[in-house]
Amino acid sequence: MDSRLGSVAVEIIVNGEKRAAVAEPRMLLSDFLRHGLGLTGTHVGCEQGVCGACTVLIDGQPARSCLTFAVQVEGAQVETVEGMAKAGELSDIQQAYRSAHGLQCGFCTPGFLASTQALLQENPDPTDEQIREYLSGNVCRCTGYQGIVAAVRSAADARKASSHGS
Amino acid sequence: MKPAKFDYYRPYSVPEAIEVLSSHPDSKVLAGGQSLIPLMNMRLATPAALVDISRIEGLSGIDTNGGLRLGATTRQSDVLGNAVIQQRWPLITSAVVHVGHPATRARGTFGGSIAHADPAAELSAVMLVLDASFGVQGPAGSRSVSAEGFFLGHYTTELAEDELLVEIKIPDISGWYWGFGEIVRRHGDYALAGVAASLRADEAGLVTDARIALFAVAHRPVRSSAAEARLVGTRLGDPAAADEAGRVALDGVEVADDSFVSATYRREAAASVVKRVVREAATNSRSGTDGQ
Ligand code: FES
Ligand code: FES
Repeated sequence: MDSRLGSVAVEIIVNGEKRAAVAEPRMLLSDFLRHGLGLTGTHVGCEQGVCGACTVLIDGQPARSCLTFAVQVEGAQVETVEGMAKAGELSDIQQAYRSAHGLQCGFCTPGFLASTQALLQENPDPTDEQIREYLSGNVCRCTGYQGIVAAVRSAADARKASSHGS
Repeated sequence: MKPAKFDYYRPYSVPEAIEVLSSHPDSKVLAGGQSLIPLMNMRLATPAALVDISRIEGLSGIDTNGGLRLGATTRQSDVLGNAVIQQRWPLITSAVVHVGHPATRARGTFGGSIAHADPAAELSAVMLVLDASFGVQGPAGSRSVSAEGFFLGHYTTELAEDELLVEIKIPDISGWYWGFGEIVRRHGDYALAGVAASLRADEAGLVTDARIALFAVAHRPVRSSAAEARLVGTRLGDPAAADEAGRVALDGVEVADDSFVSATYRREAAASVVKRVVREAATNSRSGTDGQ
C-alpha cells in the first residue's frame, strides 16, 4: 500500500514530459498544473465539476481536472492545451476553432479543445447532434455554441479530406 | 473552494483497503471521485482520510458470461461502450447515457455511483428493476446484499464504514421488456424525476411481472408497488393500463421538495414519466433494437 501524508513530491507525465512538484494530497490536478507546474492554460471556472473549463486528457480520456486530485494520477499521462500546438503551429482542432469562430474570450476554450480531441478520437465523423451531446459538459458564455459546433465539424471534415487524399 | 486536508492511502488489494478503512474512523472510499470530490471542494464532506481503490487489481472489469458481473471500479464509460451490454442489457446503456458527461463518465465508476446512493442516481433505480445484487467485503468476510435491501436513504446504504462494495451482479434479462425516462433541466444534470421499468409478459401478451422504480423522487430510489400491482394481468402496451399505473405510482411514496422543484411538481412529473416509460417498454425487448 502507498500512502501520501502531508506534502509530497508528485510526478505526472504532462504533455509527454515527466514533471514533478510538491503537493498535498488535497491539491486538485487543476491547481497542480497551474500553480505547481505553471501551466496556466488549464482554466478553472467553477471548481465543482459543472463548467468543463478545466477539462484535460488523462491517459487519453477527457477528465475534469478540478474533480481529480493530483495524487490520484501519479504516473499517468496528462495532456493539456499547452501540448496541442507543435513548434508554434496550432493543432488542426485549434486552427478550426480559430477559423470557425469557436471562441471569443477563450476562457472555456482549453476545455472544449480537450473534449473535442477526445470526441474525434472516439468518433471521427460525428453528427451535429452527437457533437452537442458530447460537448454538453462544457459551458461557454460567449459563442452561443454555433461557432463551436462548426469548428468541430470543420476539423472532422478536414481530417476526412486529408485521409482520403493520402 | 479547496478541499480540507486529508491523508491519502492507495491500497493494492481489497484486504488492504478494508484494513485501512477499519483503522481510520473518518475515512472515505475514493474511486473515480466524481461525486465525492465536488462535495469535498464545497466542504460538504471533510473526511480525514481517503482510500483510493482505483488501482486495486481485479476490482474493475466486465464479465458477460450468463449474467452480468461488473467490478465495482469499472468506469461508467466502459460500461457505456460495451457492445454486449448494449445488446443484452440495453436498459443499463440507456441509463448510463444520462449519468453526467463524457469527462465525468471516463473517471466515474459504476460501483461508485451505487455506493454514493444519491437519490437522483439513475443507476440505483436500474439496479432495483434488474434485481441486482451487490458483493460486499468487510473485516468479517464477504456477503451479498440485494439492491432492494441496499439503499436506505439520502447517501446512506447498507454498507458499514469498513465495508467495500466489490461487485455488482445482474441476472440475464432475456424476455423482459424495459423502459427508462427522466425529466431533467439539461442533459447530464441531476434528474428532477425519473423512472426505470422492466416487465415480463406471457404468450398471450399479459404482463406477469412488473418492476417500476422511481428515482429523484424520494430520499432513496423506490419501487412503486402500486404501479406494479396495476400492471400485472393487463395487456403489455395497453395505454389505459400505463395511465392507470402512472396515476397510482406515487401512492404511499413520500416525495421530497428541494430548491429546484416542489413536491407537487415532482409527483406530477414522476407520474407522467411512469406513463410514458410503461408505454415505451412494450416496444423495447432485450435486443434493444426498438425505441432506443
Ligand atoms: S472548473 Fe472544473 S468543471 Fe468547472
Ligand atoms: S469563448 Fe468565452 S466562455 Fe467560451
